[in-house]
Amino acid sequence: MEKRAIFSNRFLPLALIAPQILITLVFFYWPAIQAVWQSFLIEDAFGLSTEFVWFENYQLLFTKAHYFRTFTTTMLFSFLVAFLSLTISLLLAVQADKSIKGAGVYRTLLIWPYAVAPAVAGVLWIFMLNPSLGMIAKAMRSAGIDWNPLLNGGDAMTLVVIASVWKQISYNFLFFLAGLQAIPKSVIEAAAIDGAGSARRFWTIIFPLLSPTTFFLVVVNIVYAFFDTLGVIDSMTQGGPAKATETLVYRVFADGRLGSDLGGSAAQSVILMFIVVGLTAIQFKYIERKVEY
Amino acid sequence: MASITLRNVDKVYAGGVQAVRNVSLDVADGELVVLVGPSGCGKSTLLRMIAGLESITGGEIRIGERRVNELEPAERDIAMVFQNYALYPHMTVFDNLAYGLRNRGVPRAEIDRRVDEAARLLEIEPFLARKPRALSGGQRQRVAMGRAIVREPQAFLFDEPLSNLDAKLRNQMRIEIRQLQRRLGTTSVYVTHDQLEAMTLADLLVVMNKGEVEQVGPPLDVYERPASVFVAGFIGAPAMNLIEAKAVNGRLTAGSGALDLPAPAGVDTVRVGVRPEHLHFGSADGAGLTLGLTVDAIEPVGAETYLHGHLDGSPRTTLIVRVAGKSLIPPGTRIDTHAAAGDVHLFDIATGKRLPD
Repeated sequence: MEKRAIFSNRFLPLALIAPQILITLVFFYWPAIQAVWQSFLIEDAFGLSTEFVWFENYQLLFTKAHYFRTFTTTMLFSFLVAFLSLTISLLLAVQADKSIKGAGVYRTLLIWPYAVAPAVAGVLWIFMLNPSLGMIAKAMRSAGIDWNPLLNGGDAMTLVVIASVWKQISYNFLFFLAGLQAIPKSVIEAAAIDGAGSARRFWTIIFPLLSPTTFFLVVVNIVYAFFDTLGVIDSMTQGGPAKATETLVYRVFADGRLGSDLGGSAAQSVILMFIVVGLTAIQFKYIERKVEY
Repeated sequence: MASITLRNVDKVYAGGVQAVRNVSLDVADGELVVLVGPSGCGKSTLLRMIAGLESITGGEIRIGERRVNELEPAERDIAMVFQNYALYPHMTVFDNLAYGLRNRGVPRAEIDRRVDEAARLLEIEPFLARKPRALSGGQRQRVAMGRAIVREPQAFLFDEPLSNLDAKLRNQMRIEIRQLQRRLGTTSVYVTHDQLEAMTLADLLVVMNKGEVEQVGPPLDVYERPASVFVAGFIGAPAMNLIEAKAVNGRLTAGSGALDLPAPAGVDTVRVGVRPEHLHFGSADGAGLTLGLTVDAIEPVGAETYLHGHLDGSPRTTLIVRVAGKSLIPPGTRIDTHAAAGDVHLFDIATGKRLPD
């Protein structure tokens, strides 16, 4: 079905989309172009002199071994965050779709974490899991579990993953629940009559019908894990210990803001931008075709 | 194939709403039973209870010799055709038909054979590789039928399967469903709110109202001898004329005129019913009903004409007379009509039940 509005005035449609275009230009394209420009410059620490150096910032990056480590850390982190938050929220949404009594309360509680700012979410989890003052950390220690995210890189990664996942579950939950509720009940009933048990109904009917939602959420979650987790990481681990939780976006922040290496930081942003654009393009090109039905 | 037996079946929802009340019904093997009634009468709920999609809160349902109250829908060996078809949108037509067989572990060769056979029967062979969205309404309807057929179940359950189709296609599919059901001889329960569909399809008609069965019988019996005012008004289009009449000196009168009918013994008021096609022009000669009315409007529908009018001395008692062919009677004309005694129905005013003839 074609959904096209027909305008008789040729300026009205332009006027209607102008605000959106303006916002995109000012807040996305302008900074992006600035970042590209900045990535070709080297500036001294005091900002007194600037030199145009072509790709030297990029060359410097790729000669540093720990840039690749940051890269693999980001991949691991993003995969864990996207996979866990999608899986857990789908599970919760399937349950919420079923439950009748207290569904309203249950749903509201699940949506709340989304209203919490990333840095605050980080602090909340720190309070619970900090080895010296966290209640859960204390309980774990008395249960004999060796837990120290301040020293152990794996523990620190677990910590930032938990906080990032927790923060994102609400968003995914809302979309999954809406997606589940959009599946006609009679289709599921037909499958039940056709002899499919509840697990088989889920994998052969519900999950495939949910795939457009899932696809959308995969893209959103990867972008979230790449960019929006900066606040969580900064408030919890500052990329440590020993850069074990330093993701690409955190490094951009650390090098640029804390290290005052504007050129290097800009070069990293440009690379990050290309990675995300590339990932999204691949997802739309190859995966979206399969989710059509 | 199997018979379906309902014994004192009740459905009370958690909120206390009683959707189905004390329904007992016997569907013989191979019979097509139609449940008909206005929306909210409990007919769909009853069907879904037979299917196992709604719990049974009282009574017993048997399919064949088995009590199915506690069985899952899949274990009841029934197939259902839904109003919106409920096809699996992400599967091809072939997979839609094969799904139920695969779930039951039917061997592949057998699946191919059954799907091909059903597709041939329903003439959907050219569409087997398509997805449902690439099909028209009628084709989707056939696929939904096919999905029921391939399973070779004990019974077919139809939940208003034709109400999403346009009028022409609906008539065509109605006949196809009837022929198919006859050919396969599968016991069927069919739910509809369309009394014409009900009349033409049913071996046995079940008229429901407010969760209860008003009347069960072969369609023409129900049409000719409605058991209650509700059935009289619901079955037949245009609806039966219903007139409230008083007994005066052993004769019935309504409005300003005598109806020329003897009053049944022991009643003061009674509801008199007569179908629009049973009213003829002129006065009654002998035993029968006489009605004088003024024509208010004329509805020509082609093969026949409906004269809408009101009873003499009672403008609120509207009447319809069905005349074959065209009618040239102008509105405002007063006419005399009569009906044979055998075509007159008498109902109790208070209970709405038919009075003994």
